[in-house]
Amino acid sequence: MSFDWGTIANNWQFLIVQGLLGFGAFGGGTLRLAIPAIVLGFLLGIVIGLCRLSSRGWVHYPAVFYVEFFRGVPLVMVIFWFWFLIPQITGQRLPEYSVALTAFVVFEAAYLAEIVRAGIQSVPRGQVEAATAGGLSYGQTMLYVVLPQAIRNMIPSLITQFIVLFKDTSLASIIGMMDLTKAAQTVSQREIRPFEMYLFIAVVYWICTYSMSRLSQWLEVKMSPERAPTKRVALRQATGAASA
Amino acid sequence: MPLAGFLGMQYDFQWSVLWTGGHGEWLIQGIWTTIQLSVLGWILAGLLGILAGALRTVPFAPLRALAVFYVEFFRNVPLLVWLFFWYFGVPQMLPRAAQDWLNNHGPEFWSAVVGLSVYHGARMSEVIRAGIQSIPKTLLEASVATGLSVAQAYRLIILPIALRLIVPPATNESLNLLKNSSLALTIGVAELTFMSRQIETYTAKAFEALTAGTLIYLAMCVGISAIMGQVERHFRIPGLIVRAGRAEH
Repeated sequence: MSFDWGTIANNWQFLIVQGLLGFGAFGGGTLRLAIPAIVLGFLLGIVIGLCRLSSRGWVHYPAVFYVEFFRGVPLVMVIFWFWFLIPQITGQRLPEYSVALTAFVVFEAAYLAEIVRAGIQSVPRGQVEAATAGGLSYGQTMLYVVLPQAIRNMIPSLITQFIVLFKDTSLASIIGMMDLTKAAQTVSQREIRPFEMYLFIAVVYWICTYSMSRLSQWLEVKMSPERAPTKRVALRQATGAASA
Repeated sequence: MPLAGFLGMQYDFQWSVLWTGGHGEWLIQGIWTTIQLSVLGWILAGLLGILAGALRTVPFAPLRALAVFYVEFFRNVPLLVWLFFWYFGVPQMLPRAAQDWLNNHGPEFWSAVVGLSVYHGARMSEVIRAGIQSIPKTLLEASVATGLSVAQAYRLIILPIALRLIVPPATNESLNLLKNSSLALTIGVAELTFMSRQIETYTAKAFEALTAGTLIYLAMCVGISAIMGQVERHFRIPGLIVRAGRAEH
C-alpha cells in the first residue's frame, strides 16, 4: 500500500482546466455542461410544469406522461437514446457535448418541472384570484404575479437540483465527453494510479457540491428573514425536493 | 418489418432481435443481475443509513463527526466516481490475498454493490434523519404523560408515525437506487443496461434494444411506486400525512 500524490501534482491543470471548466482542446467540461443544462432545463421545466398544472386534459396529460416517463428511466438510458437518435434524425454525428447537453436538458426538465409545479402551488390561490379580479390575463398573472413569487420559493430546491445535475454530468463521460471524470480516467489509465486519482476528483466534486449546498442554506436564510430556516427545510421536504 | 419515414429517418424495425438468437436470455439475465444488485445494495444501504443516523445522535463527538463526514462526503460526490474508486482504486491498495479473493469472486459485481450501498447509505441516512426530526419531541412527552412507558410510547405512538413519514421518501430513494444500479455497466457488470447495449452491439438494432431496456426499467419503477402508493393509502392517518412528492433521482 503506497500512495503517489505526485501524479496529481503533475496533472491537476489538465483535470481542473480541461475536465472541470472545459477550456482546452477536448471541449466538454463539467461546468460548461452543467450551467447551460440547468438554464435550458429550467426553461423547459417551467413550460412542462405549467402544462401539468393546466386544467385542459390534452395539455395536462402529456406533461404528466413526460414527467413520469423520465422519472422512471435511468439517466444512462436517456443518454444512450440521444446518442443513438440524434444521428438518426439529423443524419450526422454531433459532438459528445451536444448529445450530452440535449439529454440532460430533456431529462432534468422532468425533475425541474416538479419543482416549478411545487413552487407555483406554494403561491396562495388568493393571489391569482386578486390578479384576475384586477383585470390581468392568465399570461400576465403568471408573468407578473405568480412566477416572481414562485421562483423565489423555488430557489433552494433549484440549487439542490443543480447540485444533483452537477453530479450527474459525470455520466457524460460514458459517451466519451471530456469532463472531470473522463479526464481522471484518461490520466489514471496512463499513470496507473486510480486510487489517488479518483479520490482526488471525489474531493474536487465534493468541494463544488458542498459549497453550493452551503450557498443554498445561506440564501434560504437571507431571502426569507420572516421564516425560520428549519421551517423552510421542512417545507422543502414536504414538496419533495429533499436535499441531494 | 420495414417502416420508413419514422421521424424522417430510414430504419428497419426488427423487434424479433429481442427474443431470437439467445437475446431474450440476455435480457432476463440482465434483469436478474439488476435485481440482485439493487436488493443487496438496498439492504446494505438501509443498514448503513440506520447506523449513520444512529451514530449522529450518540453523545460522543468523534463518532458523530465520523457519521457527518460519511454522510456529507459520500452523498455529495457522483456515484460514477465512487464506482471507479471502488473498482479500480481500492483493490490495488488491498493485500495480495484479498486481491486474489476478489479476482476469483467477480470484482465487478462486489465493487458495484459496495459503491451503491455506501453512496445510497449516506442518502438513506438523510431520509431517516429528516423523518425522525419531523416528529415533535412533545409527542413523546405527551404519550408518557398519558401513562405509557417510554417503550410503549415508541411502539404505539412514535414508530407508527415515523414509519409513515419515512416510507414515501425511502421508496423514492429505493427507486433511485434501482435506477442508479444501471451505472454498474461502466465497470462491466452485466446488468439490464449492459445487456441492452450488448444486444445493440450484436444486432445493430439500437432502437429495439433501447426500447426493451427502457420499458423494463419503467415497468419496475412504476410497479414499485404503485404498490408503495397503495401501502401508503392503506396505512394513512387522515389529516396527518400529506402524500409527499418524489425526491430527485
